[in-house]
Amino acid sequence: MTAAASTEHDHAEGHDHGDHHVLPLWLLIGTWAALMGLTIFTVTASTFHLGAFDLPVAMAIATIKATLVMLIFMHLGFDKSFHSLLIYGSFLFVFLFISFVWIDRGQYQVDINEKEQQEIAIDLGQ
Amino acid sequence: MSDAHGHGDKPFLAHHFEDEDHQFDSGKLGIWAFLVTEILFFSGLFCAYVIYRAMHPEVFTFASNALDTQMGAINTGVLIFSSLTAAWAVRNAQLGQKTGLIVNLSITILCAFGFMGIKYLEYSHKFDKGLFPGDKYEAKEGAYGDESKGNANTVAFTSPDEEESAEEAEPGVAFSNGDSAEAALAEEDGEELAPWNDPNVPEATKRKLKIFFGIYFCMTGLHGIHVLIGILVLGWLLTRAIRGHFTPTYYGPIDFAALYWHLVDLIWIYLFPLLYLIN
Repeated sequence: MTAAASTEHDHAEGHDHGDHHVLPLWLLIGTWAALMGLTIFTVTASTFHLGAFDLPVAMAIATIKATLVMLIFMHLGFDKSFHSLLIYGSFLFVFLFISFVWIDRGQYQVDINEKEQQEIAIDLGQ
Repeated sequence: MSDAHGHGDKPFLAHHFEDEDHQFDSGKLGIWAFLVTEILFFSGLFCAYVIYRAMHPEVFTFASNALDTQMGAINTGVLIFSSLTAAWAVRNAQLGQKTGLIVNLSITILCAFGFMGIKYLEYSHKFDKGLFPGDKYEAKEGAYGDESKGNANTVAFTSPDEEESAEEAEPGVAFSNGDSAEAALAEEDGEELAPWNDPNVPEATKRKLKIFFGIYFCMTGLHGIHVLIGILVLGWLLTRAIRGHFTPTYYGPIDFAALYWHLVDLIWIYLFPLLYLIN
């Protein structure tokens, strides 16, 4: 009994084991409400023609939503920072991955344009 | 399960762990490592998306009109709600609320089925219009038409030189060039739809549209597989919750499954605007 009580006490102090942090209900429901609000916002924003800003606005809203999910629903805001390091590290590698392919794509753009011209020529021929 | 190797009064504490915290922390590190591989796994498809969209933005702008924004938005809501109940289930488990845990896990699973149900409707609508992944793609009349978005938003492809004339045309008129009205009738009669052949869309764009659907079906399909796996995992945890396996010191599996479920939600948060909300 005393052992159990002292364990609980330790967790309440929350020193080493941030993992057992119990989130208050208002925070969970508030996060959900914010996510729903942002979803409605992004759908509404997409009906306005913002031109070049369409994609950045949509991605910014998605990133805010993703951050809320990670920090609160996934407990990253209360968890060991090593877990945050892992996940943010993976984003870095995704960024590197896409960037390198992007650079590579540029290398072949001339060939691609050529092939497209050929296709158009075939279309006109038909 | 681990009774033979357990620590007496803690039936789920495996023998190679010092205590429950040790087991929990190890599991948590494991699930985060797994989620990192999942992100990298999906990044291949996101990469394909980024490169192809950068090369052919007009294909994405046009093909996105074939997707049903309303259904996509409803599915986003369903998934976000299931994320709430998953996070709530973790809270229930931490506080030893058995009934709450069972209820929240059940709602999460129901939402997952709801998501797949809506996905099924969306896919079958695409298939009806001949919008298949890969070589099977053969768009039929109305595939990019008024049905999915309502008449008010009738799609008109606007290439730079055609922009003016398309803007002058009244919405709704752009697509009802006789053929589509007949096609709509034909569909009601259950007859075959005519092939889609909009003269406003350049041939070069038409040829590339099927690659958009290749990307669409791969991304949403892989995501859908993850939802199905989530249903299996959460279903198994529900049976364990009913058997009363989880306690405030042993709730790791609930926490880890919820983390996986949130990641599935996270990926959809990006998929939704990238695929459905393109202007």
